[in-house]
Amino acid sequence: MTAQHKIHSKDLNLWYGDFHALKDVSIAVRDRMITAIIGPSGCGKSTLLRCFNRMNDLNAAVRVQGGLFLDGQDCYGARLPLTQLRKRVGMVFQRPNPFPLSIFDNVAYGPRVHGVTGKDRLAEIVEQSLASTALWDVLKDRLWEPALDLSAEQQQRLCISRLVAVEPEVLLMDEPCSALDPIATEHIEELMRTLAEKYTIIIVTHNMQQAARISKETGFMLLGELVEFGQTEQVFTNPRDKRTEDYVTGRYG
Amino acid sequence: MRASQGMPKRSPLGAWLDRKQDLFISSILLVVALSAISGLVVITAFIFKEGLPIMLQVGVGKFVSSSDWYPAEGHFGIFPMIMGSLAVTAGALVIGGVLGLGCAVVLTQFCPRWAVSILKPSIELLAGIPSVVYGFIGVVILVPMIRVHLGGPGLSVLASSIVLGIMMLPTVTSISVDALQAVPKAYRDGSIALGATHWQTTRMVILKASRSGLVAAMILGMGRAVGETMAVIMVAGNTLDVPDSILAPVRTLTSNIALEMGYAAGDHRKALFATGVVLFVIIMILNTIALTVSRRRSRRKSGA
Repeated sequence: MTAQHKIHSKDLNLWYGDFHALKDVSIAVRDRMITAIIGPSGCGKSTLLRCFNRMNDLNAAVRVQGGLFLDGQDCYGARLPLTQLRKRVGMVFQRPNPFPLSIFDNVAYGPRVHGVTGKDRLAEIVEQSLASTALWDVLKDRLWEPALDLSAEQQQRLCISRLVAVEPEVLLMDEPCSALDPIATEHIEELMRTLAEKYTIIIVTHNMQQAARISKETGFMLLGELVEFGQTEQVFTNPRDKRTEDYVTGRYG
Repeated sequence: MRASQGMPKRSPLGAWLDRKQDLFISSILLVVALSAISGLVVITAFIFKEGLPIMLQVGVGKFVSSSDWYPAEGHFGIFPMIMGSLAVTAGALVIGGVLGLGCAVVLTQFCPRWAVSILKPSIELLAGIPSVVYGFIGVVILVPMIRVHLGGPGLSVLASSIVLGIMMLPTVTSISVDALQAVPKAYRDGSIALGATHWQTTRMVILKASRSGLVAAMILGMGRAVGETMAVIMVAGNTLDVPDSILAPVRTLTSNIALEMGYAAGDHRKALFATGVVLFVIIMILNTIALTVSRRRSRRKSGA
């Protein structure tokens, strides 16, 4: 395992009760780059994503087996407490989910949770975080308005700002544009490209064009298996596996 | 067209009957609905009609601010009862509010689903116990305990607050649970994914998101406490003094009416109705305050 691999899993298996949702998934995600995971609905791509920050732990019926490492450190080990793991590996959800608080309080939430209290320090973090998603200029006079008043795109940007505020290393994005219109989608993709200079981004999408547009590497999943993983161009133009070829050429899915 | 769809063709008489039937049913429903409301109106009007004249005769200010209640001599001042009702209700709100809210938080945030399905109905079952039973348990167990360990006569503001606090638990808990469960799961996920603990998530997101519902739970619990009579009579002591400590005995507005209605006549009886008027006004004020608070909060939340 080389140093530039940010997250890797080794023979990761996951069961929802009796249902075997992930089968021996071994994946190595490289640092400061966008990695896409594609596949038809129900293939386990979101489940895999939710393993990386252990969101699956919230579901009592889930059982996980195998290894998962962040910078070579065991994600399930005692040396990496759950809250620390989730601080370092943040998540953007399918539907924008800002809290029913003010814009400021949404962004300041993460830092507050992790013990930042100084008013000036919080204001500074909020400004930087909103600036990093190009929201600061638009919203700087509206910081105390309810976040739920924003448009869907702004809400999703705000969710990304909220994440950036805790200085994560990895951003997990679970179909972050599926609730947005095409223009907003384009804006968010642009934002992702900028963010990829600082963060490792893993995006789950069932939109193949989106994966082709923004990612450097792509993994294709089917029925809980990681069928193929490689350079995005290679996966889309010259897939090694027949099943990948069938999927990317639109024969099913 | 009807016939072409296979519906039997109605004669003009049948169609007329159909229309009449609708009219008939809807007027019956209207009468039923109105009778419920008119019941309220009649009761209100009756209380005011019976109570207002004596209040005006004594003077509204004097009636609510005087501490002299000597019905035989024509002195009617209910200040101690007003203070009693407020003290007991505030105490009950502290005890029942904290316990009920705590219960609801544990049930919705920290309990497995199967435990909730057992615990919530059992708490709601508390509502089915007659108030005289609460009062009886209070007199037999709580009052002696307070007398021995804390001093005073035992029959006290504290005893009433505890009994009323427990009595309002089902109301507060079940409405709070509903409010907390109505918070979208996405808020919790978002917070957890930022590395917040369950408790941080509950305190900083979920309680805030459900605030208006929780205020409503407190209002309804408070309504139960202000209006409760039997259990309070049994444990409050019913003396006619303004309580100077939580261990002092107390008489509430409701107890005053219930205790004296049996033998009151003339002005005395009217003064009891006037007590009812004051009770009515207090409840109206409390509800209005609480409703405005919860409505303003929810409006700010939705941003309108």
